[in-house]
Amino acid sequence: MSGEVVPIRLERVRKRFGRLKVLDDVSLDMPRGEATVVLGRSGTGKSVMLRHIVGLMAPDSGRVLVLGQDLTRLSPPALAAVRRQVGFLFQNAALFDSLTVGENVAFPLRRHTRLPEPEVRARAQDKLALVGLARDYEKMPAALSGGMRKRAGLARAMALDPAILLVDEPSAGLDPITSEEIDDLLVRVKEELGTTLVVVTHNIPSARRIGDTLVFLYEGRVLERGDAARLERSGHPIVRQFLASEAGG
Amino acid sequence: MPDFFRRFVVAPPARAGDAVVFAARAVREAFRPPFELRETARQLYEIGWLSVPLIAAAGFAVGIVLSMHTRASLQRFGAEALIPAALTLALVRETGPLVVGLLVSGRVGAGVGAELGAMKVTEQVDALEASAVDSFKFLVVTRMVACVVAMPILTTVMNFTGIVGGWVAETAISGMGFRTYFEAAFSIVQFTDYLPGTLKTTVFGFIIAITASYLGLRTSHGTQGVGRSATRSVVLASMLMIAANVVLVRLIFFVFPETAE
Ligand SMILES: Nc1ncnc2c1ncn2[C@@H]1O[C@H](COP(=O)(O)OP(=O)(O)OP(=O)(O)O)[C@@H](O)[C@H]1O
Ligand SMILES: [Mg+2]
Repeated sequence: MSGEVVPIRLERVRKRFGRLKVLDDVSLDMPRGEATVVLGRSGTGKSVMLRHIVGLMAPDSGRVLVLGQDLTRLSPPALAAVRRQVGFLFQNAALFDSLTVGENVAFPLRRHTRLPEPEVRARAQDKLALVGLARDYEKMPAALSGGMRKRAGLARAMALDPAILLVDEPSAGLDPITSEEIDDLLVRVKEELGTTLVVVTHNIPSARRIGDTLVFLYEGRVLERGDAARLERSGHPIVRQFLASEAGG
Repeated sequence: MPDFFRRFVVAPPARAGDAVVFAARAVREAFRPPFELRETARQLYEIGWLSVPLIAAAGFAVGIVLSMHTRASLQRFGAEALIPAALTLALVRETGPLVVGLLVSGRVGAGVGAELGAMKVTEQVDALEASAVDSFKFLVVTRMVACVVAMPILTTVMNFTGIVGGWVAETAISGMGFRTYFEAAFSIVQFTDYLPGTLKTTVFGFIIAITASYLGLRTSHGTQGVGRSATRSVVLASMLMIAANVVLVRLIFFVFPETAE
């Protein structure tokens, strides 16, 4: 039974802010060890959806199940236990700006493991190297470029080798080469560690490279889901237009 | 009209209620493990230790001024010998605690209001939560404990530098030695003069930390909101503190009747 639990399941999730319906009856399963890429125009609720999956937002109705647990019904300690298995890269990176880049990555390790100090530093250093920031351990976040901050945020999200990794626009602010490197990293993490990935992106080539399943959100609903080929043959002109328009640039 | 009603009639009591719940939660959580000892120590350093220069310098200056005033008053009665005691009494009972309270609400109120406000609007508070950290414990309880612990110590620092300041002003006029001054000061002043005034600053510390944390974590509207939270923290914390002081002084006279004589 526990082997078959879907890592992330949204059941009829609705969320509104005042009069604005952001998620309108969204149901989705994200299978274990697969990468789900979430596409959609700016302001359609992609980030809001990710926030539901770490329990930073609660649905007005419906359920969010992560690793088999209904987040809306969990006690704070139980929620924390689920969150330890989820890595989250915020759209704005959200680094702790009073800590160095390396200490940001070390933060989850210090909080949630009993590793000795040298081991903590070594692991944080490893994760930074993975995202190409090997020489930036001692820098303060304010001294990084936008793209570097994003990568540092990714290193922090991966610090505990979480079972689930949620990534909000990993390639925003990155040049095409670095962006490709990050895509490769995500694919490697998925394949080597069996991590369940959810990636929000506007970058279509990147979506094709990473995504086992692509989900297209439109006006609070899942308009289409499937692999890239399926979305290209979609009956919805908006989906086809979206794939075509951003594919070139 | 309904908008006016909502903003000025319904909202304020609702927010006050919200703040009271927030304060009660801070007290409850302070006694519930796990304790964020490392972070509390860091806040003690930030809030307490880094305030020492300000408090010491202010205490010294207040001591000099108080000395000049007490001299002017007591000279009229030919009671110059009482200057050290009168000054110390005024200092430890009321002036010290109140000045420390106001200085700390300025320095710490603005600092905490702005820091937590900035963390809120840049999603660092959410990032803490997403990292499975209880942000309330980590951010609010640590600052509250640090403030409550630091205040009586800072008050003692101010009392001491105030007495030194008083002596400097005195010795410039009469050449009195420090020891003589100190002994004269404590010939009349008792422990019951010092204790209640100093202990009440723990309440000031609580008010300052809770007000600033509450307003900081409720920040919205970006950078402008951060500035507003900092300003409001200082204003509201000092006002609440001064109001609480009235009640506390009354209470102290009630509990320690001998101090009212
Ligand atoms: N805390 C909030 N309060 C009110 N409205 C919100 C809040 N968070 C998001 N929204 C609204 O929800 C909608 C979806 O926001 P979201 O951030 O999920 O968009 P997105 O799909 O991630 O867009 P982008 O691609 O630009 O990042 C937006 O209209 C936004 O204004
Ligand atoms: Mg977004």
